[in-house]
Amino acid sequence: MSDPEHVSHKKNKRPSLWNEMLRLWRDASFRPLLMQGIVVLVVVMLGVWVINNTMNNLEHRGISTGFDFLSQEAGFGIIQSLVAYDESHSYGRTFVVGILNTLLVSGLGIFFATVLGFLVGIARLSSNWLLARIASVFIETFRNIPLLLQIFFWYFAVLAALPHPRQSYALGDTIFLNLRGLFLPRPIIEQGLLPVVVSCLVAIGLALLLRTRNRQRRMATGKGISGAPWYMAALLIVIPALAWHFSGASLVLDTPALKGFNFRGGIAIIPELGALLLALTIYTAAFIAEVVRAGIESVQKGQKEAAASLGLKPGNVLTLVVIPQAMKVIIPPLTNQYLNLAKNSSLATAIGYPDLVNVFAGTTLNQTGQAVEVIAMTMAVYLTISLSVSLLMNIYNRRVALIER
Amino acid sequence: MSDYLDEPRLQKPLPKSGQPEVTIQRESAVEQASLIEISGLNKWYGQFHVLRDINLNVRKGEKIVICGPSGSGKSTLIRCINCLEEHQEGSIVVDGTRLTNDLKNIETIRREVGMVFQQFNLFPHLTILENCTLAPVWVRKQSRKEAEKVAMEYLERVRIPDQANKYPGQLSGGQQQRVAIARSLCMNPEVMLFDEPTSALDPEMIKEVLDVMVELAQEGMTMLCVTHEMGFARTVADRVIFMDEGQIIEQAPPEVFFSHPRSERTRQFLGQVLNH
Repeated sequence: MSDPEHVSHKKNKRPSLWNEMLRLWRDASFRPLLMQGIVVLVVVMLGVWVINNTMNNLEHRGISTGFDFLSQEAGFGIIQSLVAYDESHSYGRTFVVGILNTLLVSGLGIFFATVLGFLVGIARLSSNWLLARIASVFIETFRNIPLLLQIFFWYFAVLAALPHPRQSYALGDTIFLNLRGLFLPRPIIEQGLLPVVVSCLVAIGLALLLRTRNRQRRMATGKGISGAPWYMAALLIVIPALAWHFSGASLVLDTPALKGFNFRGGIAIIPELGALLLALTIYTAAFIAEVVRAGIESVQKGQKEAAASLGLKPGNVLTLVVIPQAMKVIIPPLTNQYLNLAKNSSLATAIGYPDLVNVFAGTTLNQTGQAVEVIAMTMAVYLTISLSVSLLMNIYNRRVALIER
Repeated sequence: MSDYLDEPRLQKPLPKSGQPEVTIQRESAVEQASLIEISGLNKWYGQFHVLRDINLNVRKGEKIVICGPSGSGKSTLIRCINCLEEHQEGSIVVDGTRLTNDLKNIETIRREVGMVFQQFNLFPHLTILENCTLAPVWVRKQSRKEAEKVAMEYLERVRIPDQANKYPGQLSGGQQQRVAIARSLCMNPEVMLFDEPTSALDPEMIKEVLDVMVELAQEGMTMLCVTHEMGFARTVADRVIFMDEGQIIEQAPPEVFFSHPRSERTRQFLGQVLNH
């Protein structure tokens, strides 16, 4: 028992609290758990403190919380609404109007920016010197000027230079462009709507059937039905026209007309929407063009050479070989650009386009004073839009991903 | 060119042990007219003179191996034939079509000239079968069914019909290169160009690709191969061309080329290539 080695061994083995803690601290699986536990605790405590503090302050200033204000009458007008709205509608309705206006400008912006961006991006890589120069000047100009400034430019410099309603630019007596916006006729079918709609659907169905048949025949024999596109066009025109004639349907165009100081009737595209849409489209298209260029350049030179050496035409090389491979590089940054566009649409406030931020987080917030609720709802909307766009793009990305191993 | 034609055709030496015994119909090709005529070809990259006054005629059914040190312009030469590289002087005529700036002419020539690359260059987003049918469907306007039938025949000949529905990324290098050969053959070309087809392969995969190329040669395909595989040159070539600094230094049938090279530069090169 007097062996010193034995004694020291016994000493190490002694189960003390300190040793046990030391052992846990060095445990590779316990330490990360402990760290995460501490982080969660801190976050929860911070959250509780913020909520508590806010509730206290609101109570202190006599502001009632909750979402009751949404059913109160709003009492203010909105210059553009996709659903029926006037001053007597509720604050809740202003929320819907705002969301729809934001979705309208974002959706149109994403569509036009994608088309323009792809065209400019491909043009920048063109072997046509002039076209490539013009594309790169476009990109460098619009990418490097702040978006807010561009919105002001279109709104105050370009669209504000349009004439007054009385001196409108007119195309026939149906389309008018002036300071107050672009006015288009709105078609209204008064009677016999059902047969016409049904006949249109039938015509589309038959045309699609013809298209499938044509494709099947091309696959099977190498030659399609000759003149198939003409037959399809004929189907689409003749059947609805006959239905129109025999059902006695009548179409009335609600044309805009000058009444007093402005045009009434038809579809009006307000200058705020025009300016915002132009600015968002062009600004984002400049970025998308660079994304597209990077994607196309990421495809190895050998791919183009292999496709060309098989005798494919340059256009087919691009659409069948290069772009499909470029898409996997293009999509993630393209998603970013879509998200940027949707979020940048909130700059609408600067020129008074009635988007969600302007209407709901602006006027509604000012009138009700329900800052916490209104801002939370607005943030939730943008988060939902962004996550939805991301989700859709991820699904698409998975579809174009290359299979390896 | 002319000095080669003046030489009496020599008997092909017995194949070395371990190499497949091949008999190739050489004499029949001699009578045929030229399929490719290159005359006075000059090309510059900026100031750098890559190809200097190249004259070369290739008869139908002829197999030519082009060798030489790297940077000697051998790849550039064959890439000029299907216009992947532009030349500045001289003329190239393929199967009666003169290569000009006319896009239609370029497409006509590319349809008749198949090319196999060092890096395979299969289309990674398409299956093996789709790789083979893309050009026949879009360029030759064949029906998909017909193109698939032809493609399967060629895939069988390069011994990978069972991989038809896989993607290139799922295949080994040797398999990919054989698919690349099949893809070119599906266009039913008059000439096949090979640009160092085995240089990017592991040693054990080189043989499977060379075997396919030897079979192709036996079937009478006109071939221009840039390669360092001297065994392949010995077995298959009707003519071996040695290039250095953008010039054709020497050309001769393999038996003469390897045993009695005329120029000092060729001797030096063969010494480097064969002695290891």
